[in-house]
Amino acid sequence: MTRKKGSPARAAGLRTPSWVAWLFVAPALIVYAVFVLRPIVLTIQYSLYRWDGIGPSTWAGLGNYAKVFTDPDLFASILNAIKLILFFSVIPVLLGLAIASTIRRIAASRLALVARTVLFLPQVIPLVAAGIAWSWLLSSTGLVNQLLRLAGLGGVARAWLGDFSTALPAVGVIGAWVLLGLCTILLLSGLSKIDPALYEAARMDGAGPLREFVSITVPSLRQEIGVCVTVTVIAALASFDIVYVSTQGGPGNATMVPGLEIYYLAFSERQVGMASALAVVLMVLVLLVALPIQWLTKDRSS
Amino acid sequence: MSRRTRWNGAALAVVMGGALAAGCGAPGGDAPQPEATSASLAAAPTCGTAPVTLNAYIETGFPLPKELSTEFSKQYPNVKWNIREDQFAVITQNAPRVLADDPPDLMRLPQVSELVKNNLLKNLDGYAKAFGWDAWPASQLEQMRLAPGGKTRGEGSLYAMGLNFSMTGVFYNKKLADKIGMSSPPTTLAELDDALAKAKSAGITPIAQFNGGATGGLAFPLQDLMASYGPSGPINDWIYQKPGATIDTPSNVQATQHLEKWIKAGYFWKDVNAVDYATMMSRFIKGDGLFSFNGDWESGNLDKQMAGNVGFFLMPPAQQGGKQAAMSAPLTYGISSRAKNADCAAFFLNWVATDPKAREIGVKVGGSHPMGPADAPMPEVAKDTVTASTLSAGAKIAEDNGSMDFIANATGAIYAKSWTPQLQKLVAGQQTPEELLKSVQSDYTSQVGGS
Repeated sequence: MTRKKGSPARAAGLRTPSWVAWLFVAPALIVYAVFVLRPIVLTIQYSLYRWDGIGPSTWAGLGNYAKVFTDPDLFASILNAIKLILFFSVIPVLLGLAIASTIRRIAASRLALVARTVLFLPQVIPLVAAGIAWSWLLSSTGLVNQLLRLAGLGGVARAWLGDFSTALPAVGVIGAWVLLGLCTILLLSGLSKIDPALYEAARMDGAGPLREFVSITVPSLRQEIGVCVTVTVIAALASFDIVYVSTQGGPGNATMVPGLEIYYLAFSERQVGMASALAVVLMVLVLLVALPIQWLTKDRSS
Repeated sequence: MSRRTRWNGAALAVVMGGALAAGCGAPGGDAPQPEATSASLAAAPTCGTAPVTLNAYIETGFPLPKELSTEFSKQYPNVKWNIREDQFAVITQNAPRVLADDPPDLMRLPQVSELVKNNLLKNLDGYAKAFGWDAWPASQLEQMRLAPGGKTRGEGSLYAMGLNFSMTGVFYNKKLADKIGMSSPPTTLAELDDALAKAKSAGITPIAQFNGGATGGLAFPLQDLMASYGPSGPINDWIYQKPGATIDTPSNVQATQHLEKWIKAGYFWKDVNAVDYATMMSRFIKGDGLFSFNGDWESGNLDKQMAGNVGFFLMPPAQQGGKQAAMSAPLTYGISSRAKNADCAAFFLNWVATDPKAREIGVKVGGSHPMGPADAPMPEVAKDTVTASTLSAGAKIAEDNGSMDFIANATGAIYAKSWTPQLQKLVAGQQTPEELLKSVQSDYTSQVGGS
């Protein structure tokens, strides 16, 4: 195929399939360029300046990036995001695997349908609503503490989101609750395409449920697990809504994450350059974590 | 073919994105230019007689500006309103861009320094002269004056105007006060301490306060304690970003230590770090908490919800008979430097402060003291209401010249990024009073010097 860089009129005269293809792709491509590529390029550009968002800017070179790695508050926010991976990724994926294989065993019953619906519900609820509901549950007089007191554990009761030692795990629990449903449904759909004959064969060979799980379920779900891990890790690193609604980064920066820090830098401190630099660092970090996961879980058999 | 097309597509996308971005040059090139010093006006401007539509951008949840605009249109039927509302946090984030891109005639303003620095607000000196605002008590307008360049506040040209000005102090629950035998408000800090201790031992939460999320409400008692221990002038200098000003002074350290004493004595709720403003209000109204450090914007609300059961006093001084101070701030509105109907907007602002009906709305709906000349007629308020006490407290503050801006307003980021996390750490015992002030001061220096 040869492509001509001629005028549209000449290209039209040729009526090459390529021209038609471009015509179909163009709307999506333009939207993608304007709303995805342009902001990314602009963010990279802004990150090299000191700018308050309105007035004249001054060139800062890589100064903003140096500050991201040397300012203890900014760096701590990146560490918090990494800690959140435990709650946003590890727990939902492991628990999701266990729940999905349990549901598969009772697939025909009504209970499986109910369980699926209940687990997926958090995905349907807007994150802001979930955050508000959870901040009630976790408040000092909320349901969680009421249950603890009923169980005679009143000494453990506390304002979970207002306590320095428990705020980040509490935010993590909200995230785990939201993402568990997504993982479960994804893994369930993966399970449904595994040939039941495999399980039968394994059972004939005397394999128990655990053996089936390790030798058949997990390897067959490699791709689905990959998707789950990727999506949830990105949700952890780029978290904003849940933290913004439930703690706003407090108490005392205990739950500050890069997403929130970027927002504060840009809109309250009006340091658009610093905010952009942190955003670029966050983007690179997400890519650094997500790409190896993609590579590791790629289906190499085909 | 498919592979090549893919690569061509990727290349094209990158080129397109790059071209779109590169077309802009360095950011901020289209910033507004400084306007020539405001020309003096021959006569006070009016809204004329031709139909005018004023574009206003106001804070949602507060009925005052809307009631005022309705009354204004009744008196001046040629003026119509186009009102847009948002929460204050949203207004704070959007203020510069809205003023630059979609200039309103009248807008509720956050901290104004950065807006003036970027030439986004109209210089009101000409109007002040024409309407005679210069003859009002100087403290009313002080917080909205900025030195050239927008760096130092408290002096220079006028860039905003208040619809009224609020007053802060201590509200108390009268029923609970009776229980501990407090028959009249404390007149010294020692008496206040005594009342707090009595409440604690009677099983009453001494202080209802919020300190959760991004708004550290312990800044209210902290600043009151600062004004109790020391003069209010240096605190204002710090807020106004006067050169060399510091918050880390010996009397402020004493004040912060005093606050720490209150925290350690258990005078606040145990979960104060998770309590937001709305939760605090609902608990205080329900009767959980003897005192609450807050402002007169709640007077009307409290008169309704705790009728007859709520009182107000100004923070008592450390020494008997000492001067009193309070955080007091105008409800600031400004005019965009690109506004179409600036004259009419200025006429409205003057009307709010001087028209008897407007002043009445200001007190009844807003609950705070109206702006305007010292001898302007004050609307009638029932004597036993807390609104009456907050209004008379305003007179006492004017007498002592004790009006302060809020320490949270020193810079755009100092509240969310410094005071709040530091005060939350103080509550959790993770910060000392001395280090707290040092840390806030160092953030302040970098923010003031860096921008």
